[in-house]
Amino acid sequence: MTPDISRFAHRRLRHLRERFIEFLLFLAALSSVAITVAIVVILVRESLGFFEHVSLVDFLTDTQWTPLFDDAHYGIMPLVSGTLVTATVALSVAIPLGTIIAIYLSEFAPHRVREIIKPVLELLDGIPTVVYGFFALLFVTPLLQYFLPDLPGFNMLSAGLVMGVMIIPYVSSISEDAMRAVPMHIREGSYAMGATRFQTALRVVTPAAFSGIAAAYILGISRAIGETMVVAVAAGMQPNLTWNPMEPAATITTYIVQVSLGDLPHGSLGYQTIFAAGLVLLLMTLFFNIAGHLLRKRFREVY
Amino acid sequence: MAPDKGVQVMRAMIARRKRWDVIFAVVGLLSMLCGVVALVALIGSMAMEGVPRLSWDFFSSFPSRHADKAGILSAWVGTTLVMLVTALTAVPLGIAAGVYLEEYAAKNWITDLIEINVTNLAGVPSIIYGLLALGLFVYQLDLGQSIVAAGLTLAILILPVVIVATREAIRSIPGTIREGAFALGATKWQTVSQHVVPYSMAGILTGVIIGLSRAIGETAPIITIGALTYIAFLPDSPIKSEFPYVSFEWLSSAFTVMPIQMFNWVSRPQEAFHVNAAAAGLVLIVMTLLMNALAIFIRYHFRKRIKW
Repeated sequence: MTPDISRFAHRRLRHLRERFIEFLLFLAALSSVAITVAIVVILVRESLGFFEHVSLVDFLTDTQWTPLFDDAHYGIMPLVSGTLVTATVALSVAIPLGTIIAIYLSEFAPHRVREIIKPVLELLDGIPTVVYGFFALLFVTPLLQYFLPDLPGFNMLSAGLVMGVMIIPYVSSISEDAMRAVPMHIREGSYAMGATRFQTALRVVTPAAFSGIAAAYILGISRAIGETMVVAVAAGMQPNLTWNPMEPAATITTYIVQVSLGDLPHGSLGYQTIFAAGLVLLLMTLFFNIAGHLLRKRFREVY
Repeated sequence: MAPDKGVQVMRAMIARRKRWDVIFAVVGLLSMLCGVVALVALIGSMAMEGVPRLSWDFFSSFPSRHADKAGILSAWVGTTLVMLVTALTAVPLGIAAGVYLEEYAAKNWITDLIEINVTNLAGVPSIIYGLLALGLFVYQLDLGQSIVAAGLTLAILILPVVIVATREAIRSIPGTIREGAFALGATKWQTVSQHVVPYSMAGILTGVIIGLSRAIGETAPIITIGALTYIAFLPDSPIKSEFPYVSFEWLSSAFTVMPIQMFNWVSRPQEAFHVNAAAAGLVLIVMTLLMNALAIFIRYHFRKRIKW
């Protein structure tokens, strides 16, 4: 009888160990949720401290952002305008180029070209952003000044352009994946009707891959809004309520960097401002992510 | 016999439409050229300014007020130590989470929540992680502006990358492998730890390296936790000559990393420091390119060897 009992005990032990390991793995997976919760808790808690001193109306309507001056104003608008202008410049580079490259790689390029070009483009994404900042400030800005002599040394145009180049692989690789997921028979149907390659790409494949392409754009937008080092190096650090990309201006991210470089005491109002600014940034990216999610759901193609 | 008018019109239309094919192919090539030219200009301008500055002294000197004497010793040592903490945290955690989601997770709302959450985390701007780290690691957990705080920050930043890579690698293992193991009486964990994970190691490793190469270049979150830019000392050595031979003093040391050193030099007005910045940038680019090349090599090498 003994061997049976020990075998039973052995199995129970084995079962317990299995459950324990599963539980550990579950905790690891849950840690990602804990990170999200921690982000929200920290940002909201510090921002609440901030909004005890500054009214929400002032925060949203005041046109000056000078929290570290004696005459302190806490209007987020100048930082939001800087963020939106640099992001718009970046996207007006990244979206057209990224889309064209995606269509070309998916529908036109010979296999050889694609195998060579894709990794090269992906390198663009691998290069550290601070290096792009250097490139914008010390290469692109002087180059632009050659054509636009009035351009100041720090400006949103050059930062935005360089950021756009940086985001191209984001837009192109996700769009291309979406286009390649369109089944071949849909293209064949189009060719059978006498359509050319270009017509098929533009009127059949692109609409069919719309949800994926939209997702690529949205990711590009989030990336452009949250990008920090390029603007911190090349666009200047002065908050400036303007829609003109030829001027210097700070973005939300630049402001956070600027304050972090200084030495603000923990718990002060100045310290809390970066969390309030960060919360605005998070809400902006969240808005675009949700918009992208809804767009995908609405236009999801079922083949 | 000449073709009639309708056929001529048709042929003209076909020719016109085909011309658009050619035009678009040219536009596509030009667009890609834009990207490639930008990449070449970026690396070229960095190399032209930076290469003359690269010397043994540059790697073995501390930063200095004098641009020509300044070096990146504390920066690359800092980067190495921070990456060590990042890898040791993100890799086990990310693989465990990926294994759970792929092999264990039941189809329920908790799993959905985790999956949506991982996707969303990948879209959060890196500076937000910096704010999280500032509030949580630096002040709440009182780790201070230390190597361990920076390492943990970058670890949570690249966690989604590791999780997604692990899941994709595991998904490509055929179900027959698992069934074979189960048929021989292996438990789930034995199957996973002795078969599924080892077989998907190439994919996982690729993801880990890509994640780490991203972490090496991350600047914003490290600035946010308040890393210093002027560090003229090295952290305590992790290896000691006396028992117990290892020490963890370095974890709580102040530090600087490569991208921060570069940012510091770029933001100075003097031309001489820009040369240093270019040299530091070059080192950074080479580091990230080497890591990317390694990742591509591993992916390629293993794809050829393993056949199911």
